[in-house]
Amino acid sequence: MSGDIIRAEGLRQTFAGPDGGRVVALDDLSLSIRPGALTALVGPDGAGKTTLMRLFAGLLGPEAGRLSVLGTDVLADPQAVQDRISYMPQRFGLYDDLSVQENLDLYADLHGVPMAERQARFQRMLDMTDMARFTARPAGKLSGGMKQKLGLACTLVRSPDLLLLDEPSVGVDPLSRRDLWSIIKQLVEDEKLSVVIATAYMDEAERCAEVFVMDRGRLLASDTPDGLTARAEGLTYAAVPPAGMPARALQARLIDRPDLITDAVPEAGRVRFIRQPAATPDALAGLLGDIPAEPRPPELEDAFMMLLRQQGEVPPATVPADTRIAATGSAPGPVIVVRDLVRKFGDFTAVANTSFEVARGEIFGLLGPNGAGKTTTFRMLCGLLPATSGHLEVAGRDLRTAWAEARARIGYVAQKFALYGNLTVRENLEFFGGAYGLRRKALQQRIRASLEQFELDPAAKSGLLPAGFKQRLAMATGLLHQPGILFLDEPTSGIDPLARRAFWRTITALAEGGVTIVVTTHFMEEAEYCDRIAIQDAGEMLIIGTPREVRERAALGVGGATVRNMNEAFIAVVEQNRARRDNGRAAA
Amino acid sequence: MTSSGFARRLIALTRKETRQMLRDRSNLIIGLMLPAVLILLFGYGLSFDVRDARVAVVLEDSSPATLNAVAGLAGSDYLSPIWLHSMPEAEAMIRAGSADAILRVPSEFMRDLVHGSGQLQLILNGVDSNTAQAIEGYATGAVTNVLDHLSDRSDTRITGPEGIAMVQRIWFNEANNSTWFLVPGLIVLIMTLIGAFLTSLLIAREWERGTLESLFVTPVRPLELVLSKLAPYMVVGAIDLIMCLLAAKLLFGVPIRGSLGIIAFSSMLYLLVSLALGLWISGVTKNQFTASQIALLVSFLPATMLSGFVFDLRNVPLVVQGVSQILPATHFMTLIKTLFMVGDYWPEIVREVLILSLYAVVLIWAVRRKLVKRLD
Amino acid sequence: MAMMIYLARIVALIRKELLTILKDPSSRALLFGPALMQALLFGYGATFELTNAPFAVLDQSRSEASTEILARLEGTGVFHRIATLDNSDQIAAQIESGNALMVVHFQSDFAARLASGGPAPVQVLLDGRNSATAGLASAQVAAIIGRYNAETGASHPLTVVRRAWFNPNFESRWNLLPALIASLSMLQTLMLAALSVAREREQGTFDQLLVTPLTPTQILIGKALPSIMVGLLQSTIILLVIRFWFGVPMNGQIWLLYFGLIIFTTAAVGIGLSISAIALTMQQAMLYTFILIMPLILLSGLLTSVQNMPEILQWATYANPLRFGIELTRRIYLEGASFRDIAPAFLPLLIVAALTLPLAGWLFRHRLS
Repeated sequence: MSGDIIRAEGLRQTFAGPDGGRVVALDDLSLSIRPGALTALVGPDGAGKTTLMRLFAGLLGPEAGRLSVLGTDVLADPQAVQDRISYMPQRFGLYDDLSVQENLDLYADLHGVPMAERQARFQRMLDMTDMARFTARPAGKLSGGMKQKLGLACTLVRSPDLLLLDEPSVGVDPLSRRDLWSIIKQLVEDEKLSVVIATAYMDEAERCAEVFVMDRGRLLASDTPDGLTARAEGLTYAAVPPAGMPARALQARLIDRPDLITDAVPEAGRVRFIRQPAATPDALAGLLGDIPAEPRPPELEDAFMMLLRQQGEVPPATVPADTRIAATGSAPGPVIVVRDLVRKFGDFTAVANTSFEVARGEIFGLLGPNGAGKTTTFRMLCGLLPATSGHLEVAGRDLRTAWAEARARIGYVAQKFALYGNLTVRENLEFFGGAYGLRRKALQQRIRASLEQFELDPAAKSGLLPAGFKQRLAMATGLLHQPGILFLDEPTSGIDPLARRAFWRTITALAEGGVTIVVTTHFMEEAEYCDRIAIQDAGEMLIIGTPREVRERAALGVGGATVRNMNEAFIAVVEQNRARRDNGRAAA
Repeated sequence: MTSSGFARRLIALTRKETRQMLRDRSNLIIGLMLPAVLILLFGYGLSFDVRDARVAVVLEDSSPATLNAVAGLAGSDYLSPIWLHSMPEAEAMIRAGSADAILRVPSEFMRDLVHGSGQLQLILNGVDSNTAQAIEGYATGAVTNVLDHLSDRSDTRITGPEGIAMVQRIWFNEANNSTWFLVPGLIVLIMTLIGAFLTSLLIAREWERGTLESLFVTPVRPLELVLSKLAPYMVVGAIDLIMCLLAAKLLFGVPIRGSLGIIAFSSMLYLLVSLALGLWISGVTKNQFTASQIALLVSFLPATMLSGFVFDLRNVPLVVQGVSQILPATHFMTLIKTLFMVGDYWPEIVREVLILSLYAVVLIWAVRRKLVKRLD
Repeated sequence: MAMMIYLARIVALIRKELLTILKDPSSRALLFGPALMQALLFGYGATFELTNAPFAVLDQSRSEASTEILARLEGTGVFHRIATLDNSDQIAAQIESGNALMVVHFQSDFAARLASGGPAPVQVLLDGRNSATAGLASAQVAAIIGRYNAETGASHPLTVVRRAWFNPNFESRWNLLPALIASLSMLQTLMLAALSVAREREQGTFDQLLVTPLTPTQILIGKALPSIMVGLLQSTIILLVIRFWFGVPMNGQIWLLYFGLIIFTTAAVGIGLSISAIALTMQQAMLYTFILIMPLILLSGLLTSVQNMPEILQWATYANPLRFGIELTRRIYLEGASFRDIAPAFLPLLIVAALTLPLAGWLFRHRLS
């Protein structure tokens, strides 16, 4: 062993593309990874992270190149490597109909963990994942976050020589994400575990010893997080918008100028941005007007965005040309009214006594841990699930009596791609347009406009579009009939930071045009784009307010400690409430 | 170490497959309940033996002698006569589907008969050719009996020399009861059902749910995966076999002339072939929907129609015979029918068991190849 | 105007359904390939006719009469002599091995007994492993012997003049093939309908559909019509194969046949959509369909006639659309039945459709995961 746990030379891997050609997943990639540390693979969609992970695990054979894992030629003898590593694919293969304990037992048996060691190991895993209470529950009945934790536990039934984790925290709420990481960190410290993790979260990459940035099958950079971050030195600023101007408006203004600005995101009432190295102070001042911009220390995400931009990765600017919405009706007052909403499934109360209102043109964020009841609330608002009791009014229509009318006024974008995959873009748009009662000329005109606005190829097969384009098609479909209200269920789950920027630019533009938007998300930084957010847990509404109010309340709860961002605010709010509830229960 | 690892992993995987099978109720419905329903339907519901065929008897000659002569028709188990007096009436009944045949007794029948040239007219609805031919046989037989009966009592000799008499013996199935050949065939169908249809979903499901990717990166070997998937369904198949044998013996009185050991052995061998075929389809398609459709098309439907289950393979064109010989079901069908009705006829047992074993080995090898731990 | 929009929405849905069915290469292949293949394969394979009956002979009489009978047997083209035996010990091996379907045995006193006015027995031993074949072979031998007797002046002075309507030569294929028009197309339409909603539920598109202003009735019509259309198309393919490839003559009116098929297919689609609305996944939908298909086929009269079933099962067949679908196609196609002749068969089909379709429509919105 020369010291490197993984050594790859000139790896090349292609797959059959949808049109018969070859898609290059890895292009002459070489890297070496050191043992005993955490190593991150980051990159946008299609960078080749998953392909590389599968190569490490001996699940693929490359077209060219050499690869040694744990000193063994994995291409020649994959089983020898598989006997020593543990691997957690993006979607860990839990058996839904087996219980938590049975899943653990299965993997322990397969890895040949001796009975004597097993009990201690299981106990430790169950404690760390906080799942000791659920050992008898079928894995299929666990929430998304719990499933990921169980997946990790199954992967770690024994201490492997190398642990491979492929985006373990996708679609997982901030609390579960934090738990996952504390498990990983503990193992690295206690057992000197070598871990390679592919991730889309820069705050996760920041905790690693070394970060490999990939794009389109090639390696862009590899360095320590600090080394990478330093590349953005001197280019990063924060600007505070004047009173009355939402941060997202300023963010929109900045991100619309890619010649001057590399990236801009709203955060904690400010807008963080990176200037293009070539942008002159005068040009920047012209763009900002009299809004002051302070330099701020760079973060890893800044460096990541810069690296991608240098590769020519530009987020598509999808600013809707036609954002004026006619269909909302001009009645003043809230567009969505929810009073005392309750939904029960048998004995289980999924949503308890929830009330809120959403005003016209507002962006309203619905946040909560996995299984908190936000999906149930969301489905009731869209008319997909009848409420057990309570009052629900959407677009001035009572959902109980005038659901068909209400539905004509809303647009809906589902969590996962939910359009007809084997139809073309145009066929999907034609169908949904028809379903909304658009006909002939009006329909063709709307389709033309949508295709242009979202830069879609009408003849492309929907199911074969890249994730970002699927997202756009889903948006185009939801907006085809120019609804006054748009419901978005975790719209950015599984898409990369670049596409997320573009997506939110569209959303903010729509809100400007008077469209009301209700959105759920696991990316807490995205809550910063919202006018108001609501946090739910265990079916209860914990807090409703502007992002600033939520941050302040959270800070109050943790005794004035700093709440840097929405992620921390969210965790604080949920934990304070859980502590209160546990205390209450203990007192009773 | 390797061998104990093999055993340990195999047991763990088998336990997992068994749990999954037991917890998925639809598996048990198809694996145990459907076979029970099929056994009852086949045993009681389906029969090629025509009984109570509806014959409209048109009596244009209603003399007492004639009435007396045809009264015997009513005594037949196979025919249930409907007495009529006009042809249009009878023809309407055939058109409306309320009679299967017309037996016309012309007005001069008795007189002609005495003169040695009696003629009866039998009109059959030929649509169901099987029933029609059976009715023809029964009706002719019944009328002949009537004549014998008449000639016994009458002075007039109305029968001539007796000529050749056919003495028929149907071996293996004296009463020529169709249940006797349907029930053994049912074992083939049920084994095919459990095998190909249920297992065709197994590997495809693991591909679809992404569980294989996790399993692959463990010390598991492909052969262990294959064997663990076969084992629980072998048990279900054994239960079904016992159900079939008990029903055959106790409910339907079908003879089981061969030895039980050989019946059990060959059934399990065929089940293995069938399971492996299902797994192979599953592994090739990697998609539950396509897998079950293909399993239905290449195993179950042909096993029903082309294995000699109902339709005798001797009577089909050469090309279809060729197709049917490719089907493992055909070989097991031949064997199980012989084992039930003939007994331990060794030349056939040896031949068919060899063919089935060959299928088993080849298919298991093919499945193992399909489960090579690779994703590309 | 409102009506136009109402219809336009349904049309949009129908178009989408047809596109999703036809654009997917695997589902397209499954739609028409198997129907065609099965129509051909079963057309040839599913026969009750005796076309090839190998037999062995043990002729200890070696008389003129026995030779004549054997010649007549072989003259049918159906019976082929595969062995000539020397003694009765060889008989068992011939039948047990399955080489010979039948052994014809003339004893040495056969000729003498025939000359003395009979009865002169000829022993016919049959392999009863397939009772249908054994029965047919026995009937044919009996007929040949009967004719011989009649020609030589033996036997009864009574002749039974036989005439068969609709299928003069008793071709079993004629009976089976028109039944395939209903049964093969049902297999596929049921599956197609059963998967249509289940697939959308599994892929998440059903939610997207439910948030549009489409009403359950519109969704129901939009889902049912494409399946019915595909079902009729399949029936047409099979019909063409039967009429022109197998040359089975069509006696009925084509409009009546299609009228019957439409009602039958609608009932089948109703059952399929109900399954689909109940099932949460495609796998469930498939299993339910499969569980249902078996009894539907067995209790349909496809292979064995409904009249031969015990009474209780005969009653059960009233709930089986396939029973009436087969009755309709057989009787219209072969017998040329008029509307009045077969009107009673429509009623059970209409009842099944009237129960299942609204049930499916109701379940679309009320079946929640």
